[in-house]
Amino acid sequence: MVLQSSLKSCLQLSCILRTPKAGFRSTASGGLIIQSVSDDVYQNLAVEDWIHDHMNLENRQVLFLWRNSPAVVIGRHQNPWQECNLRLLRQKNIKLARRRSGGGTVYHDLGNINLTFFTTRKKYERMENLKLVVKALKALRPQLDVHVTDRYDILLDRQYKISGTAAKLGRTTAYHHCTLLCNADKLVLSSVLKSPYEGLKSNATPSVPASVKNLFEEDPSLTCEMLLDAIAEEYATQHQIDHHVTLINPADETLLPGINNKTKELQTWEWVYGKTPKFSLSTCFNMVYKDSVLDVKVDMDVKHGRIEVCNIDLPEQWLPPALCSELVKSLTGSKFCPRETTTLVTTLLRVCPQDNELYSKWNLLCENMIMLM
Amino acid sequence: VCIHRVRSCSSIRFIKSKYVCVFDKSALKFSQQQRLFRTSAVSCGQIVQFKLSDIGEGITEVTVKEWYIKEGDSVSQFDSICEVQSDKASVTITSRYDGIIRKLHYNLDEIAYVGKPLVDIEIDASKGVAPEEDVVETPPMSHEEHTHQEIKGHKTLATPAVRRLAMENNIKLSEVVGTGKDNRILKEDILNYLAKQTGAILPPSPKAEIIPPLPKSETMPAAPKDKARKIPVPVSRPIVFSGKDKTEPITGFHKAMVKTMSAALKIPHFGYCDEIDLTQLVQLREELKPLAQTRGVKLSFMPFFIKAASLGLLQYPILNASLDESCQNVTYKASHNIGVAMDTEQGLIVPNVKNVQVCSVFEIASELNRLQSLGSAGQLGTNDLSGGTFTLSNIGTIGGTYAKPVILPPEVAIGALGKIQVLPRFNGKGEVFKAQIMNVSWSADHRIIDGATMARFSNLWKSYLENPASMLLDLK
Repeated sequence: MVLQSSLKSCLQLSCILRTPKAGFRSTASGGLIIQSVSDDVYQNLAVEDWIHDHMNLENRQVLFLWRNSPAVVIGRHQNPWQECNLRLLRQKNIKLARRRSGGGTVYHDLGNINLTFFTTRKKYERMENLKLVVKALKALRPQLDVHVTDRYDILLDRQYKISGTAAKLGRTTAYHHCTLLCNADKLVLSSVLKSPYEGLKSNATPSVPASVKNLFEEDPSLTCEMLLDAIAEEYATQHQIDHHVTLINPADETLLPGINNKTKELQTWEWVYGKTPKFSLSTCFNMVYKDSVLDVKVDMDVKHGRIEVCNIDLPEQWLPPALCSELVKSLTGSKFCPRETTTLVTTLLRVCPQDNELYSKWNLLCENMIMLM
Repeated sequence: VCIHRVRSCSSIRFIKSKYVCVFDKSALKFSQQQRLFRTSAVSCGQIVQFKLSDIGEGITEVTVKEWYIKEGDSVSQFDSICEVQSDKASVTITSRYDGIIRKLHYNLDEIAYVGKPLVDIEIDASKGVAPEEDVVETPPMSHEEHTHQEIKGHKTLATPAVRRLAMENNIKLSEVVGTGKDNRILKEDILNYLAKQTGAILPPSPKAEIIPPLPKSETMPAAPKDKARKIPVPVSRPIVFSGKDKTEPITGFHKAMVKTMSAALKIPHFGYCDEIDLTQLVQLREELKPLAQTRGVKLSFMPFFIKAASLGLLQYPILNASLDESCQNVTYKASHNIGVAMDTEQGLIVPNVKNVQVCSVFEIASELNRLQSLGSAGQLGTNDLSGGTFTLSNIGTIGGTYAKPVILPPEVAIGALGKIQVLPRFNGKGEVFKAQIMNVSWSADHRIIDGATMARFSNLWKSYLENPASMLLDLK
């Protein structure tokens, strides 16, 4: 705590000392523009955390520019099962990240740019930042019909959302970040942001779906680089600094000590899934076994991503009751996760009476249970 | 007797009333004492209502999303108390005081109001409150604290955490040079002061690495200043280890493993080990690797081990069997579903290759590739993970020579393969040559498998691998 404040001032000092080429002028200390060389969502989110925790923003505001390879980013207090199609994400190898700021779920790919405005708590002002972005866009393409709504979205042609916003406030610093759709894959976007999971009830922040459009569709001559450049230019002008963008590598432990730990933390199951607010699942599904259709009802309470309470209603005697209760007992306390459940149920199968029919019934039930996750 | 009783009762009653009186008095005293106690308690534990500070942008209410502390926890200044959300902004609320949390004013998902109490903290009033200037506070509060400081006559600026550190080490703050803003005393200043006193370099905290090195005079230990001949006596410091034991419940997958392994150890195991000369197989694999690559398949040694095992099982089907729970019946399984133990982040998983008896070495290799990539992505299905009849564990890829593998029920045998080592061996002519040696350790269920069967199976498996051409004769 005390160490932090001295660390901050030293960091400012060491930054200036360490990167003389970066053009940090000790006189003009109004702002700093940095851009990430990485497209890994976890590394980039870690940079945000690092700046938020370690940089002294008293005399200097920071603009951070970044892009990610395909990823879905959920807000701090959201439920990934409610927000996106996790099955599809796993299949397509699209990363899932939970950011530390609030707000809703977004899809990132290289056709989307992210902007983070770092200031002190006192100077936190989202509207100003968004107006800056709009001003930059209009300077680049005067004919663009873009404006900021009171929900802090940027709309194109008064109807399509091209930017969403979220913010994080700490003790002394704050950041406001937003997306900007240039040329993202809208098909993938809409398919991954549609949740197939039913029967979920929670107090997690819900996302507000909106029709989106790429700026590229409005003007095919636009590229991400042009947008980043225009925004950096406008920021430089408004903060009276050089239009100079410093590239940073989010894996550089000497420049950003402790960054790799932050990156790792953002990738842990405990953070991504475990931080989901408590929710309940209440659903039923049909199973076709031989010539009959069976109704199964499942009720679960999930807290910190783990199954707290589990109840499975099966037609009587379809499975030996001892086996059923064994399944429920094992699921209780385990992660609400298909990987964990698969290994759990197949391991349990080893201590069951060896019977092919039992086998296929068990597998059928478990496959369906896993589909819920 | 009755009378006696009554008498005694009445006497008791009498005594009782006396006693009650006495008790009352002492109760009075006690409560007085209590009151006294409470008075003194007030002077060292004042309950302060920590109000939710201004969020900015004119926001008046937020939703409490997560509590980082609970009632009874002790907090230090700047510790995180809770996370609140308002209109897409997530805010971390940190404590302004050191103390103990006495009351949380809101439950999760309730709406909290700016300017209203968030938590009650019991603070140590004698220590005083010295808030950092950059904490956002509503004006009346800061005025109160400023006055408080003046009354106390404290001119030295230091946070309560720093004051505590100084107190613990019997250091007078007035003797310490502050290097922070406005001559504020920082933690490092205390540590430096201590270093000077004890003549030893205190271990720097991880963050301290960033701080520019202090002038040499302060960091040099006292010892080297002595004459060169004198052996510096190490200053004995009490070894402080602040690690704590961590207990976690066993859940999910691990719970299932506990069950399986407990069942496994009920099986009477016996072991049988041997050494395999893989020199010829190594050469064969080198020749076949590029061919497999052109077909898009990575060829390791496992497909050969698996196929050879299956050929062996054709001759010794008892090793591919299963004993029922009551040990009344043995089921000889028709399919050779050979499991391959895989190490993942979660732990041990055993996917199996189905029907090896009708698969070629190439098909086995291809299937292994599929299972391995699914395994590392954590996407193996229940079908891939169940139905195994025999298992091979290639622990040698990690290391080791001989092992004592545990049979995975409902199977009756398992083999653990050690690492391939280059060792000197004698050939037929009595010459020493470089041999590629691998050790295998088998475990089998002694209830239905005897040593001789295991040995014969192992010999057959070994002969197929030591002379791969012989596999051709028996391949189906």
